[in-house]
Amino acid sequence: MNLGTLMQYTFAGIKIGSIYAMVALGFNIIYNTTGIINFAQGEFVMLGGMFMVSLSKVMPLGVAFPIAVLAVVVIGCIFERGAIWPAKGASVITLIMITIGGSFLLKGVAMLVWGKSSFPLRSFSSEKPLRVLGARIEPQMLWIVGVLVVVMVLLSLFFRFTLTGKAMRACAANRAAASLCGVSVDRMVLLSFALAAGIGAVAGIVITPVTLIDYNRGAMYALKGFAAAVLGGLGIPTGAVVGGLVIGLMECFGAALPFRDASSYKDAIALLVLLVFLCAKPSGILGRAAISELKKF
Amino acid sequence: MTKQNAIALAVLALVLLFIPRLFENPYHLGVLVWCGIYSLVCMGLSLFMGYCGQISLGHAGFCALGAYISGILTTKAGFAPFPALVVALIASLVVALAVGLPALRLRGHYLAMATLGFGVIVYVVGNANPFGLTGGPSGLTGIPGLSHEFSFFGLIRNEEERWYYFVWAIVLVLMVLLLNVVNSRIGRALKSIHGSDTAAKAMGVNTAKYKVEAFLLSAALASVAGSFYAHYVRFVNPEPFGLAFSIHLVTMVVIGGMTNLWGAIAGASVLTVLTEYFRVFKDYRLLFDGLILVVIMLAFPEGLFVGMAKKLTAAVRRTPVRAQAVAGASGKKA
Repeated sequence: MNLGTLMQYTFAGIKIGSIYAMVALGFNIIYNTTGIINFAQGEFVMLGGMFMVSLSKVMPLGVAFPIAVLAVVVIGCIFERGAIWPAKGASVITLIMITIGGSFLLKGVAMLVWGKSSFPLRSFSSEKPLRVLGARIEPQMLWIVGVLVVVMVLLSLFFRFTLTGKAMRACAANRAAASLCGVSVDRMVLLSFALAAGIGAVAGIVITPVTLIDYNRGAMYALKGFAAAVLGGLGIPTGAVVGGLVIGLMECFGAALPFRDASSYKDAIALLVLLVFLCAKPSGILGRAAISELKKF
Repeated sequence: MTKQNAIALAVLALVLLFIPRLFENPYHLGVLVWCGIYSLVCMGLSLFMGYCGQISLGHAGFCALGAYISGILTTKAGFAPFPALVVALIASLVVALAVGLPALRLRGHYLAMATLGFGVIVYVVGNANPFGLTGGPSGLTGIPGLSHEFSFFGLIRNEEERWYYFVWAIVLVLMVLLLNVVNSRIGRALKSIHGSDTAAKAMGVNTAKYKVEAFLLSAALASVAGSFYAHYVRFVNPEPFGLAFSIHLVTMVVIGGMTNLWGAIAGASVLTVLTEYFRVFKDYRLLFDGLILVVIMLAFPEGLFVGMAKKLTAAVRRTPVRAQAVAGASGKKA
């Protein structure tokens, strides 16, 4: 393998890994405020891409982008109010089934609205590849990585410097105490779903020009994003990014392994990593066992 | 086994015995064969979910293991269906042990995700055609059907009836076994785990051991059902064994009610009949599965049939008391 191919796989890994990182961020936000793993996280990604495809036909991408994100945020809020909020105090198994059911519901509605075909989306800027170290980079990759960086910066600013962000962190640390200090836990939960839906939608929008989108794409993004979140340590934002990139790189280099049909096993790699980590070190690379013990598992 | 269960079993057996005389069209019997095959999986899953309080989102993976191993052994290694089924069963148990032993230390969300991941891995491997064994997306063809030797003194007239009696006989036999398990020391231990893992441990229940055993049992049933599937359809491809199928199975169990083995059969049959006879349920299966799961979980977290039965009995019990009270009050006035 020469340097050019090596770089090519690395770039491909970073590209898809950034998407997993964004999905993992969504998992983390909801997990931190509610203790719920939102199995419908992948559907937000799918819906973001779908809305963007439809909107891009009638308006410029720059206008379609915020509208598509907003649409998914609204759906995220409806999802929380319609399915999560009424189930307050339910057991973990009930909540799992509700979010799973919710994800299938969203998937089913998407199938009803957009049908079963895959949709392309034009790239955000020119499609002329750049040459770096003998590898080709499509400009869309720069968009993806750039968007991940922007999302990370905005999130950390939000959690560190705004009152609402601090209230959400208080919620994550201790819900009862936060509520005693006048934080409306209900509203924070709704906000966490809105944020996670928004980030998911952004991920879906930026990846669609590369991979196309169809109603059934969400589950894989959710699983791999969850694998990334667990790998990095559930609930830790930097962990999500590290985990996402590691999974993305493993996938791309795994597909290049020198045995027959290696690329057909690509999708299994992230899940294998997930299984191994869940069994051997559920707290992830950056997490501490004590913290994961405290959470509701 | 309790008296009610024995009576219910006898009634079900009698009804099942005469159904083929009512439906001359083999299509209807075929639907009932599917009900039986799904019931097998759901009985195991119900035991694991309801009595153990755990969730598996990867049982499609065990069905696929059973189906594929049966299919591969009979078409490529010259096995007869029954030995192939046994080998598939043993292989599935080994895999279930490998997945279950470490994963069952996990609970709740982590276990759900681990089983989900397992199911998708099996699907990916089936699609990838390892060593040319699974046939990739186009699948395996030419799997032999059920032996023609069963005829029960001429009672069985055609292929569908043979499958029908065969599958439901197995369902009933396993039902007897599982009802005994549930009403035994093991069953009580499982129920205590459902109540509270910690409390069960404190009472000396080896929770990890029982959870693994329940998981193995449910995986075994799924594998057997998968083998039946392979020989019934005579064709296996990865498509039906995706994530959607795992969720479809969970939906069946949830409809029936998770703490009731009878509910598993009822849930599996109701959903199968609906999807077979109403196109809209088949075309929008994802939508309906999702809707059913959310609505039932919000309204009846114990499952639809069990929840409704409880509400009904509560209502029935309440009525006479109120009637008496009213009668008493009016009596005083007079």
